[in-house]
Amino acid sequence: MDYPDGLYYTKDHEWGMDENGILTVGITDYAQGELGDVVYVELPQEGTIIKAGEPFGVVESVKSVSDLYSPVSGEVVEINPDLEAEPETVNSSPYDRGWMIKIAMSKPAELEKLLSPEAYAEYLATLK
Amino acid sequence: MTKKTVLYDRHVSAGAKIVDFAGWMMPVQYAGVLAEHATVRNNAGVFDVSHMGEVFVTGPEAPAFVDNLVTNDTRGMSDGNILYTVMCDNAGFVIDDLLVYKIGPQKFLLVVNASNTEKDFKWMLSQKGRFNVEVADRSPDLGMLAVQGPKAVAIASKIIAIPKNLKYYNFFTVMRDGNELIVSRTGYTGEDGVEIIAKNDDIVKLWDALFEAGKSEGIAPAGLAARDLLRIEAGYSLYGHELDEKTDPLSAGLSWVVKMEGREFVGKAVLKNFGRDNKRICFAMEGKAVPRQGYKLLTNGKESGFVTSGTFSPVLQKPFGIGYILGEGGNAPLDGSLTVEIRGREIPAKIVKPPVRLRVGG
Repeated sequence: MDYPDGLYYTKDHEWGMDENGILTVGITDYAQGELGDVVYVELPQEGTIIKAGEPFGVVESVKSVSDLYSPVSGEVVEINPDLEAEPETVNSSPYDRGWMIKIAMSKPAELEKLLSPEAYAEYLATLK
Repeated sequence: MTKKTVLYDRHVSAGAKIVDFAGWMMPVQYAGVLAEHATVRNNAGVFDVSHMGEVFVTGPEAPAFVDNLVTNDTRGMSDGNILYTVMCDNAGFVIDDLLVYKIGPQKFLLVVNASNTEKDFKWMLSQKGRFNVEVADRSPDLGMLAVQGPKAVAIASKIIAIPKNLKYYNFFTVMRDGNELIVSRTGYTGEDGVEIIAKNDDIVKLWDALFEAGKSEGIAPAGLAARDLLRIEAGYSLYGHELDEKTDPLSAGLSWVVKMEGREFVGKAVLKNFGRDNKRICFAMEGKAVPRQGYKLLTNGKESGFVTSGTFSPVLQKPFGIGYILGEGGNAPLDGSLTVEIRGREIPAKIVKPPVRLRVGG
């Protein structure tokens, strides 16, 4: 299981990468493995205001549908345009080309509540 | 208590993700559901379906007992024939769908769903009454493999001498390593193929032999997720989705397996008076949201039914589902005004035929 350094994680299996107050968000390698082949990602429009812990979209695999939960509060400033045509990128490149949205954080202090890679790894171990 | 099939270790070493299905630890996927789907549609996939139930009915009145038990007419069956049917309770609701194998004049095999084996067996015993028959659940001793896909029959023929003239929905028995196999030309994928019932020990040998025989033809194991996807694309019903104890076979679009004329069977008294209001439909979605079991179907903007199964269909390259239009709506013309409620929005759908029509070679 892969969980790169330098990212923030949630128990809902999202990750976030902070660049000057803009958080890029996607789902973890564990999440994509559990979902199986992803066929559709439903994302909010740019400009949508979202809150930490609330659903911002859904990811559909062949066999199931799951909500996507925002790690932080803020405004959606960009969505990954490639996922419309190539949702399978979420499986093949969950931490890179499979990113989902970028959020301009309104409460950057929320990052402190997120999990470190080590804490996420420990959490995954409890799910076995 | 969860049970394991005799192939459990094979699944784990093949990298399967294991889930609990009807009390069995079963492989839900190996390489991935889409890859396994492609294997079955293009080459051949092997499914461990050892969790299925096998009940043998023997005795002088076996034919009368079986015919009374199920809705389809078994009286015209010859030895070696297989019949798809359902069995109903006295109220005409479906207890299970099953395959009837006629082995001999006084011997039948009933292959039932894993999730229903115990319930079915109890029901069969309760129906024995006046019939001079033995009913035996041999599920614990027997396993089953499904080899499915355009290359399946050719690959299976390398390890079992399959008669050239074996027709779809027929079976034969053959000895291999001193034990009897029941080999049928049947399946649940819309592809050609065979299903093999054998003693547990033989199942492991057959599994290994099949992969050896099919190596150069791209054979691969396929899990429950692919099995479900393949059967939905073929428009086949699955107990717990299209069928359950609150559904009658006429509403379920299975009137073709309910034969009323000249025979009595459990549930007939009710079924002969049933209206056929409910209509089973298959539909393709416009857009990419996937219909799921329980979602509402709307006709002309009014709630008119529900989704029983849904998935993304690789063959259609669209989301696809099966569902019921209830009551009067079932008789109304369905003219492109169908929508599915997905996350609070009405998404247009179009009634279509199942994308996969059974492909059986000569």
